[in-house]
Amino acid sequence: MKVTVETIKHVAKLSRLDLSEEEILKFAKDMESIVEYVDKLNELDTTDVEPTAHVVPVKNVQRKDEVNPSFERGSILLNAPMEKDGCFKVPRIVE
Amino acid sequence: MALYELTIKQLSDLLKNKKASSVEITKEYLERIKKLNPELGCYISVCEDTALEEAAKCQALIDREEDISPLMGIPVAMKDNICTRNIKTTCASKMLHNFIPPYDATVSGKLKDAGTVLLGKLNMDEFAMGSTNETSFFHKVKNPWDFERVPGGSSGGSAAAVSADLSPFSMGSDTGGSIRLPAAFCGVTGMKPTYGTVSRYGLVAFASSLDQIGPISKDVEDLALVLNVITGHDPRDATSLNIEYPDYTKALVNDIKGMKIGVPKEYIGEGISPEVRKSVLEALNILVSLGAEWEECSLPVTEYAIPAYYLISSAEASSNLARFDGVKYGYRAEKFSDLMELYCRTRSEGFGDEVKRRIMLGTYALSSGYYDAYYKKALQVRTIIKKEFDRTFDKYDLIIGPTAPTTAYKFGEKSDNPLEMYLGDIYTVSVNIAGLPGLVVPCGLDQKRLPIGLQLIGKALDEPTLLRVAYAFQQNSEFHKLKPGL
Repeated sequence: MKVTVETIKHVAKLSRLDLSEEEILKFAKDMESIVEYVDKLNELDTTDVEPTAHVVPVKNVQRKDEVNPSFERGSILLNAPMEKDGCFKVPRIVE
Repeated sequence: MALYELTIKQLSDLLKNKKASSVEITKEYLERIKKLNPELGCYISVCEDTALEEAAKCQALIDREEDISPLMGIPVAMKDNICTRNIKTTCASKMLHNFIPPYDATVSGKLKDAGTVLLGKLNMDEFAMGSTNETSFFHKVKNPWDFERVPGGSSGGSAAAVSADLSPFSMGSDTGGSIRLPAAFCGVTGMKPTYGTVSRYGLVAFASSLDQIGPISKDVEDLALVLNVITGHDPRDATSLNIEYPDYTKALVNDIKGMKIGVPKEYIGEGISPEVRKSVLEALNILVSLGAEWEECSLPVTEYAIPAYYLISSAEASSNLARFDGVKYGYRAEKFSDLMELYCRTRSEGFGDEVKRRIMLGTYALSSGYYDAYYKKALQVRTIIKKEFDRTFDKYDLIIGPTAPTTAYKFGEKSDNPLEMYLGDIYTVSVNIAGLPGLVVPCGLDQKRLPIGLQLIGKALDEPTLLRVAYAFQQNSEFHKLKPGL
């Protein structure tokens, strides 16, 4: 087993996902077979091959440093699950 | 012929000649949606009131005969991951079930400016992750040719809606085949343009280096009309290409004499259903009868494209979907005691299984100790895949093959085994990995009367060659006129 229950718990934490015991077992099984499958890539020799993150030859696109109109605060907050005094409301972070 | 059976071009001619009005056309579609959508499930939202208002406005412009664009007064429907101002955009997820974008995606804006009338938003696999539309949070989409079968995915609603005449054309998105696969399964014409030619601004991101918006329509001529509107440089998308864009309708020439076609032996060998293979070879015969030549070529890395694709796309997805945290928009869990719990519960309750699986795979591939072995390795394989295509295009004008190994399968057939579902993308994912254009046209039916799709793959930015060959094919065949008979 490459993908242990411990690995799944660790990855779930990094992913900010709360998984039930049942889900952990299911994902461990799914991930095991997927990881086994993607290990197939090791059959290919990639020594000295540059990685390609993006296929388009566009680099460091910049725009002029100009002020453009932005969204009106109210229109953005319309989608907020909770708001207070024109801000997004979240649980206390600093004691 | 009923109005809903017509192409964009035919509708546009009727509008210009005052033989029909945009309101009439829109009403006919809305009625048909009301009648068929409860069964088919193509639409998540239908914009009944705004559509009629927009149609009336467009008709006023047509009546005044002011600069009428070829799409003026024509209805459209959009995949529900393309933002539409003041109209719910859900990505078929509980996470965004209540999200109303305060802005239009660049594509939505361009289509609006061209005078199209938005009929509604189309169902899809949750966050575009899936090949069957079974992962939609709302309801599944049925294949109009057989209600027991999947429409393909992830743009299943987009393809099924055009196939069932619930919209004259639609917009989809394609990350690993999500326009081309459902177009093939539903018997319609669809295109994933070259990466960077259609702005992704306002497309809810899945895998940013692979995602591309594209049209689904009834024929190739309509594809060209829509491409003329949606392509172009957009400063709001840093990967958008700042180049001269052609008039794509100029490529609609019924002459392909001397065109050199490569057919990868990996695409028609082991694993393909005999009926799909036969149909592809017969389509090639039609092209040969028109003066084109084809021969077998080889893309040996094909079998590595799927593992590379799932690593790259899941890695990018795990990063892109980190934004869904229950703070700024979308779903928020009801019970939490601190910020960490707010994040974790919101995401666990808001995302479906397939989305969670991909976030987990991507996070795993990017995590410390695995990054080089998985993510970096996949990016190196990407380089090899791209070079293989470059080498092939030194010799051929385009590549042709099937879109999928089989025709549409039954609901539930592959949903228990994610890996088996992923393997259905074998002929489509390489195109996204290399950023190339891919066009799908119907090329026949199997014995169960299920559509088969022919895939044309071109050099980067060589949409004109694909359009030309596909146009010649449709001028000399009737497959695109076959209907599911609803």
